[in-house]
Parts: sequence; structure tokens; C-alpha cells
Amino acid sequence: MTTYRELLQQTKAAIHEIDARGAQDLDGAVWIDVREADEWQEGHLPGAVHIPRGYLESRVEGVAPAKDTPVILYCASGARSAFAAKTLRELGYDTVYSLAGGFTDWKRNGLEITMPRTLSPEKRTRYSRHLLIPEIGEEGQLKLLDARILLIGAGGLGSPASLYLAAAGIGRLGIIDADIVDETNLQRQIAHSLDTLGTPKVDSARRTIEKLNPDVDVVTYRERLTSENIDRILDDGWDLIVDGADNFPTRYLVNDASVWRGIPVVHGSIYRFEGQVTVFKPHEGPCYRCLFPEPPPPELAPSCAEGGVLGVLPGIVGSLQTNEAIKLAADIGDPLVGRLLLFDALATEFNEVKIERRADCPVCGDDPTITEYIDYVEFCSR
Amino acid sequence: MSVVRVPPVLREEAGGAREVEASGATVRELLEDLTVRIPALGARVYGEGEIRSFVNVYVDGEDVRTRDGLDTPVRDSSTVILLPAMAGGR
Repeated sequence: MTTYRELLQQTKAAIHEIDARGAQDLDGAVWIDVREADEWQEGHLPGAVHIPRGYLESRVEGVAPAKDTPVILYCASGARSAFAAKTLRELGYDTVYSLAGGFTDWKRNGLEITMPRTLSPEKRTRYSRHLLIPEIGEEGQLKLLDARILLIGAGGLGSPASLYLAAAGIGRLGIIDADIVDETNLQRQIAHSLDTLGTPKVDSARRTIEKLNPDVDVVTYRERLTSENIDRILDDGWDLIVDGADNFPTRYLVNDASVWRGIPVVHGSIYRFEGQVTVFKPHEGPCYRCLFPEPPPPELAPSCAEGGVLGVLPGIVGSLQTNEAIKLAADIGDPLVGRLLLFDALATEFNEVKIERRADCPVCGDDPTITEYIDYVEFCSR
Repeated sequence: MSVVRVPPVLREEAGGAREVEASGATVRELLEDLTVRIPALGARVYGEGEIRSFVNVYVDGEDVRTRDGLDTPVRDSSTVILLPAMAGGR
């Protein structure tokens, strides 16, 4: 019969321990805190990720996909992390260390620690269904609460996007729209209502959002995006743009600005029964001009007003955009980068085509030919 | 015969059809066949021996411009998607 003490000794003999100095000198290592949630809340090592011992096997590949990544594990004193190190060796990680003395010695030696931010009890309740998902949890929810997302348009696509982003707890939502709510909007633009007919869409959307989630800081721009105002609006600091514009000139302005500023764009467009969604992540994937280098001439562009749209379609496409936005903000999953998703509501069918970065792209290519904003002539204003 | 998906903005040219058929061993042959079968649709995507600007053509999910352009092979089982730019959002 082996006692705990003997087992620990055998385990420590079978793994490598590392001291604080050695650990700090190890470049490119992933630091994993294997303690329980309540211990993590009282402080942890800077840059560490938290994976409680019981979840280590199932989640480690999420933080260290390559088996040759150096991994440093720590717990309170170095016992649990020793067992964890042995497990990772068995999983094929070849450079695994257990931090000798653990968090306790680290702190006692006066080395830097980080105090995790926590959610208030009210937020914990409001976002409990997010907190229950391991991929989001408290850390992911805090990222959502810190995110600043700019919506282009408070119409068909912007309505569901603004509501779901607000409900998800996105910290700051910017909304650009110059229009007034009218009766023809209510067939699909669910952020607006009879109560707000005749009022600016940005104010109407703000009212709806504030009723849903008063924590969201709503910033409104009652103007049409142009080369004149785009820099001022983007200077307000946005992590991500959800593009629900209804015309080509705005699409191209948003694209060019996002490439130059390195802001990802979640793109969505709709027509009758069909929608398209993709994510343009500057320099990591293609941009809108890699897909369509120039806007079509007016005679080839469909007229929005004549086209019509099934009311629920922007609900579906705007929600797909929101799904991408939330994943990007929480830094989880596989975003639609380099993939254009096509949705056909009549057939209830999804298709996907590949979009590649073009070396000859006029904006994000090797030799850009477009280096300042272009105001294309508006030809689809309904 | 390959299946050619007609985007909503070009359906009028295809008499309202969501899908049409065309044959050819390459994209060039297929678009030429499409132009013979449905001239109005063909003319919107292909003319003067080139794929029109502002339209992308995908064979089995890949943009033919990133492959061999008009010489990109097409199989009978292939699905061809025609995709002009679409801007609507409201």
C-alpha cells in the first residue's frame, strides 16, 4: 500500500520541478494555475491561465495545442502541480515543469501577483448562463464587458445585433445611423417600435437597449458615415465593427478604414431571401476588397428599395454576425475568417465559399494602390 | 451537367430559377454553354472571353481566380456558385 507522501515523492522524482527564477527565464512557456476557483480569486501569477486540476486533461489542448510548448504548472505548494505535470507527460507534452513551492513561495518571496477581477453578484446572476459555459465563464464574460463594438446601421441587421450584443453585456456599443424610424421599418427592424416612429433610429435603438441592459454604455452617431467623419468616429476607440450598412460606398469606407486601423469587421448583407456573412480580420485574412476589389457600377447594383427582404432574414443574418462578434470579443471558437457563409432562407440551406487574401488587393495587398478614403457615388439609397 | 447556383440578384435573368444546369470540362466551357442556354444570365457573368468584373465564380467552394481562372476544371458533380457583390443591410 502506497501512502500519499510516498506517492508524492515518487511523482516528484518522475517529473521536473523548476524554481521561480528558472520559470521566469523560460521563454514562450504557458503558465497554468491548477488550483480551485476560490484560490485563483485570491490572486494568481501574472499571465497564468486557470485550469482547475480536474479539468486539466480536457482543457489543456485549448491553451497549449502544440505538444512541444513548454508548460509550467503551479498550485499552492507544488504537490497538485506535480501530479498534474505527470499527467501532462502522459498526454505527450515533453517540456513540463511543476513550480517548486507553488503560489505560496512565489508570494512569500515578494514576486508579482495579479488579483483577478470579479463580477458583482448582480452581474453573476444576469450572465449566469454564460458563466456556466466553460468556454466563456467569468473570464470570457469580463472580456465581453470590456468590449467596445461599433455597429454600422441600426436597421435590419443592426437591430438584432444591437439587442443580442447588449444582452450579452458588451461594455460599449456605438451605433451609427442617420435615419428616422418609419412604418416600413417595423416589418423587420425589431429594435424599433410604434412608440419610436418618427424619432432617430439611434435614439430609438438606445431606448430599447437601455430597457434591456442598462449596464451597456451606448454611444450614438446620428450621421451618415463618410470620409469626413469616419476617422473622428473610429478615434473613439472600437475593438470590432459589425457592418450592417445598406450601400456600397459605406461598405468600402468601412473596409479601407478597418484595414488601415487593424479593426476586424463582421460583415453581413441581405437581399430578398438570401444573406451573406463573413469576418474580415485585417492582415490575418482577406478584406472586402479581396472579395470585390471595386463596387459595381450603378446599372449592375441591385436597387435596395426594389429588392425587398423577408422580414426574418436580417434577424438570422444579424444574429449570425453577432455570434461572430461575441466569439471575437471573448476570443473563442473559429471565426468566419476567409470563409463566406451564404444562407438561402427559401431552401433553408447554408453554403460556404473560400475567400483568400489577394496579393494584388488594392488595400491589404503587397502593393496597395488605395491609400486614402474614396467616396463612391451613392446609388442605392432607396 | 454541373449545377450552377443563381444568386438572388441575377434570378430575373434566369427566369426566376435558383439553380440551372450547364456543361463543360472547364469554367470557360461551362460559362460559354451557360451563355448559349440562358443568354441573359450568361451575359451578366461572362463576356468578351472574360468573367465579368464585380462577379466571382466559385467551383466547389473555391474562387476560380485563385485557381486556374477560366481553365479551372469542372466536374459533372461540381457545384458552381455565381456571386455578384450585394450590399443590403436594412
